[in-house]
Amino acid sequence: MAAFFSPFLSKPDTVSRIMLQVLLALLPGIAMYVWYFGPAILVSISLASITALGTEALMLKLRDRPVAPFLKDHSALLTGWLLALSIPPLAPWWLVVVGTAFCIVVAKHLYGGLGNNLFNPAMVGFAVLIISFPAQMTQWISPHGLGQIELTFADQLRYMFLGILPPNVTLDAITMATPLDTLKTHLHLDEPIRQILDMPIYGRLAGQGSEMVSWGFLAGGLYLMARRIISWHIPLAYLGTIFAMAGIFHLADPAHYVTPLFHWFSGAAMLGAFFILTDPVSSPTTHHGKLIFAAGAGLITYLIRAFGGFPDGTAFATLLMNICVPLIVLYTQPKIFGRKGRKP
Amino acid sequence: MSALFKFHGGVHPPTHKTESTATPITRLPLPARLVVPFRQHAGDAAIPIVKPGDHVLKGQLIGEPQGFVSSAVHAPTSGVIEFIGPHPVAHPSGLPDICAVLIPDGKESWIEKVSVDYRNTPIAGLREHLRMAGIVGLGGAVFPSDIKLRPLRGHSIQNIEVLILNGAECEPYITCDDMLMRERAAEVVRGGEILRFMLGAGKVLIGIEDNKPEAIAAMRAAVQAEGLPFEVAEIPTLYPSGSAKQLIRVLTGREVPSGELPTDIGVQSFNVATAYSVARCFEQGEPMLSRIVTVTGNVTQPRNYEVLLGTPIADLLAHSEPKTDTRGYLMGGPMMGTPLPSTDVPLVKASNCFIAMSDALFPAPPATLPCIRCGRCADACPADLQPMDLYWFARAKDFGKTQSYHLFDCIECGACAYVCPSHIPLVQYYRFAKSEIRAREQDKLSADRARERHEYREFRMEREKREKEEKLRAKERAAQATKPAATGEVPTASDAAAEAQRKIQDALAQAKAQAAEAQPRNTENLTPEQLAEIAEIEARRARIRELAKSDVEAPKE
Ligand code: SF4
Ligand code: SF4
Repeated sequence: MAAFFSPFLSKPDTVSRIMLQVLLALLPGIAMYVWYFGPAILVSISLASITALGTEALMLKLRDRPVAPFLKDHSALLTGWLLALSIPPLAPWWLVVVGTAFCIVVAKHLYGGLGNNLFNPAMVGFAVLIISFPAQMTQWISPHGLGQIELTFADQLRYMFLGILPPNVTLDAITMATPLDTLKTHLHLDEPIRQILDMPIYGRLAGQGSEMVSWGFLAGGLYLMARRIISWHIPLAYLGTIFAMAGIFHLADPAHYVTPLFHWFSGAAMLGAFFILTDPVSSPTTHHGKLIFAAGAGLITYLIRAFGGFPDGTAFATLLMNICVPLIVLYTQPKIFGRKGRKP
Repeated sequence: MSALFKFHGGVHPPTHKTESTATPITRLPLPARLVVPFRQHAGDAAIPIVKPGDHVLKGQLIGEPQGFVSSAVHAPTSGVIEFIGPHPVAHPSGLPDICAVLIPDGKESWIEKVSVDYRNTPIAGLREHLRMAGIVGLGGAVFPSDIKLRPLRGHSIQNIEVLILNGAECEPYITCDDMLMRERAAEVVRGGEILRFMLGAGKVLIGIEDNKPEAIAAMRAAVQAEGLPFEVAEIPTLYPSGSAKQLIRVLTGREVPSGELPTDIGVQSFNVATAYSVARCFEQGEPMLSRIVTVTGNVTQPRNYEVLLGTPIADLLAHSEPKTDTRGYLMGGPMMGTPLPSTDVPLVKASNCFIAMSDALFPAPPATLPCIRCGRCADACPADLQPMDLYWFARAKDFGKTQSYHLFDCIECGACAYVCPSHIPLVQYYRFAKSEIRAREQDKLSADRARERHEYREFRMEREKREKEEKLRAKERAAQATKPAATGEVPTASDAAAEAQRKIQDALAQAKAQAAEAQPRNTENLTPEQLAEIAEIEARRARIRELAKSDVEAPKE
C-alpha cells in the first residue's frame, strides 16, 4: 500500500515543479540580458548549472544522502542561475565556478542541505565574490550600442576562458561601470542629477539595457505571483519600501536623489524582489513576517545605495535580513482559530 | 438568507462524488450472519444482557449502556445469538472487541415499537430514550447524542441559541448524507425540529456544500412542507467546511474558543443523519439498527446502501463488485480515513464510507523531501496553525514546543499534508506527538499517585512510631507521678502529632498543585470526545497488557 496514514490524496505539486516554474520565470529577464549584453550570460549560466549540479551531487554523496531525488528538485540549479545573473556577464569562468561551488558547498550543505540554510545561498556566494574579487566583480560589459567596441561571441568566450582580448582592445573599451555605480561616482563629484542622467548610459527610467532586464524579471515575477508560486507580500513590501524611501529623499532634494522608479529598474531590485528574497527557506513563513522581512531588506538596500560603500545593496540587505528571520517568525505568529481576541 | 463567513485556509481536493450518487440508496439483503460489537460509540462499551442461544427480536436491547458516556446496542434483526465474545472489529489497532454474533431467522420480527410524543414528555426522559435507543452522532465521532443535548457548563445549563444541522459532507468520495437528504429530507428536517425542541434553540441552520444542489433543493422543499422556519444555507465547497468548528464559523461567524465546546458560545451541531435517526426513534419507535454507507472508488457499482449494523464488510463490498486491481480499502474519506485492517469486520455506527483503492485512483506519493518552509501548509490550515513548525518540533520530539504551538488545536484534517510539495506525512507526525504527550501524562499521573501512596505510607509509619513512643513516655510519666494532671500531657502530645500530620498533608497538597500546574497546557478543558478518545486509548493499552499477560501466563496453566 502506498500510504498508511491519512490523507491519502495529495496535490500533484512537487518541490521540483515549483523550482522549474521559478527557472522558467527567469527566462524573460535572461532573454533581455542576451539581447542587450550578448550571449556571454548564457555561458555563465551554463557554467553555474554544471558546477551547481556537480557540487550538489558530490555533497549529497559525502553526506550519504540519496542523490537522484535531490538533484531532481532543481534547487541547486536555481541557486546557480541566480548567482550567474548577479555577477558581471563577462566574468572569468573560474569566478562563476568558485562562486557557485561556495554557494552549494558552504551556504547550502554545510548548513544541512535543502530546507536548512539560514542564508540565501546565491547571495552568500555573491557576497564572498564581491569581497574577494572586487576588480572582476565590477567589470560590467557595456550594453549593446554603447561600448566603443563590441566583442563577437567568440571574442567573449576567449576572454572568459583564456582572459585574452582581441588585439588593440583594452578592457576599458568594452566594459563600463553599472548605472548605479556611475551615479554614485558622479554624485561624489557634485554633479547635479539631471546632468548625470543625460549621459548615454541612461535610458528612459534607469540604465540603458539594464532597465529592460529589470522589466523582464518583473514580468517573470508577476507570472510567479499569478501561478501562486510566490505570494505578493515580499515583492510588494520590498519594492514599496524602496519606492517610499526613494520618494521621500527625491522630493526633499531632487538634485541629489534619483526617482523611485530609477531605483526600481536599477541593479538587482526586481531580481531581488521576486526571485531572491522570496526564497522560501531563508525567508519568514508567516505573512506578517514576510512583510517585515522585505520592508527591512528594502530599507537596507536603499540605505546602501544612497549612503553606503557599495553601488547596490540587495545582496547584503538579503543576508542581513536572513539573520533576523527566526526572530521575525517568533514575533509574528498568527492568532489561531478559536484564540482570536485572546492572548496567543 | 443570513450572511456566510469564511474560515482561514481550506483545500479543494477532487470530490469524486458523482460516481456514487447516480443510483438511489439500495437496501442490502439480510446477511447470513451479523456481528454486533458492543462498543460502536465513543465511551464505555455496552454490557451484554443476552447469552448464546437466546432468541432476539429485531430492535431488542442486547447491550445496556454503562457509565456516563455510553450508548445502548440492539439486535439489528430477529434471530438467535450464536456467540458472545471477542471478534475482530474495524479499529485501526486491529484488536478484537466484544461482539454478539447473531444468526438471522429471516423473519425480521420486530419488538413492539412505541413512538414517543416528544412535546409532552420531560426532556430528561427524551434523553434517556435516545440513550437507550443507541442514538449516537453519525458524522464520524459516534458521540452519544443524549449527552450533547444536555449542554452543561459547570453546573448550569447552557443557553443554546443556534442549532446547526451539518450536511456539508466535505470529504471527497463520501455521499451518504447527500443521498439521505435527497431521499429522506422530511425525516431529517423533523428530526432537526425534535433536536431544536430538546435544546430550546431559537434558530436552526442547515449547512450544505454547494456541490450538492439536489440535496439543497430537497431540504428546502422539506423545510417548506413541514412549515418550519429553518434556513438551508448553501455554503461554498471547501474542505474541511464539514468540520464542526469550521461549519459553525461559516454559518454564524462565531469561533468556538480553543479548548471549549460549541455550546459555550450558544451553538450545538448535529449531523443530518443523526437528526434522521432521532426522527425514526421518536416517530417510529425504532432504535438505531442500520445506517447509510457509501461504497465507491475502484468498484463497478459505486453507490449508497442502507445496511444493518453488524453486517460483515466483505458482504457489503461484494455487492459493489470491486475491480480486480483493488489493493485495499479505506474506511472514511481519503482525507481523514484509515485503511481497513481486514474485510472480516462488521459495519458499525461510525462506518460512513468504504473506498476501494487502486494505484490509478490513489497513486503512491512522490518521495518525501525536506521541508522547504514554503508556507503552503500554513495557508491551507483551517485552524490557523503553522504546520511546518509543528512538524519540526514533533520530529525533534520537542513536545513542549508542539504544545506551545497549539498542537492540540490541530483537527487532523490533512489539508496541510495535501498541499505539501515535499509530500511530508505531516498528520502522522501530529498524531505521534499527541499520543506521546497523552501517554506521558498518563504515566506521570500514575507516577504521582504511586509517589503519594509511598509518601503517605512513610508518613503513617513515622506517625505510628511516634505515637508508640508518646504512649510509652506517657505511661512512664503516669507511673512516676500519680497526680491526675499528668494525664493532661497526653492530649498535648497528640496535638503535636495532629499538627505534624496537617503540615505533611499541606505539603502534599502543595506538591500536587505544583504538579498540576507543571502539566502542559492544552490538555485541560478536554472535550468529551477527547476524553472518550483518551479512555479508549487507555482501554486499548489495558487490553494489550492483558493479552501480553495471558501470553506469559498461558504455559503455567
Ligand atoms: S507545505 Fe511542506 S514544505 Fe511547505 S512549509 Fe509546509 S511542511 Fe514545509
Ligand atoms: S491537520 Fe492540523 S495542522 Fe494540518 S491543516 Fe489540519 S488542522 Fe492544520
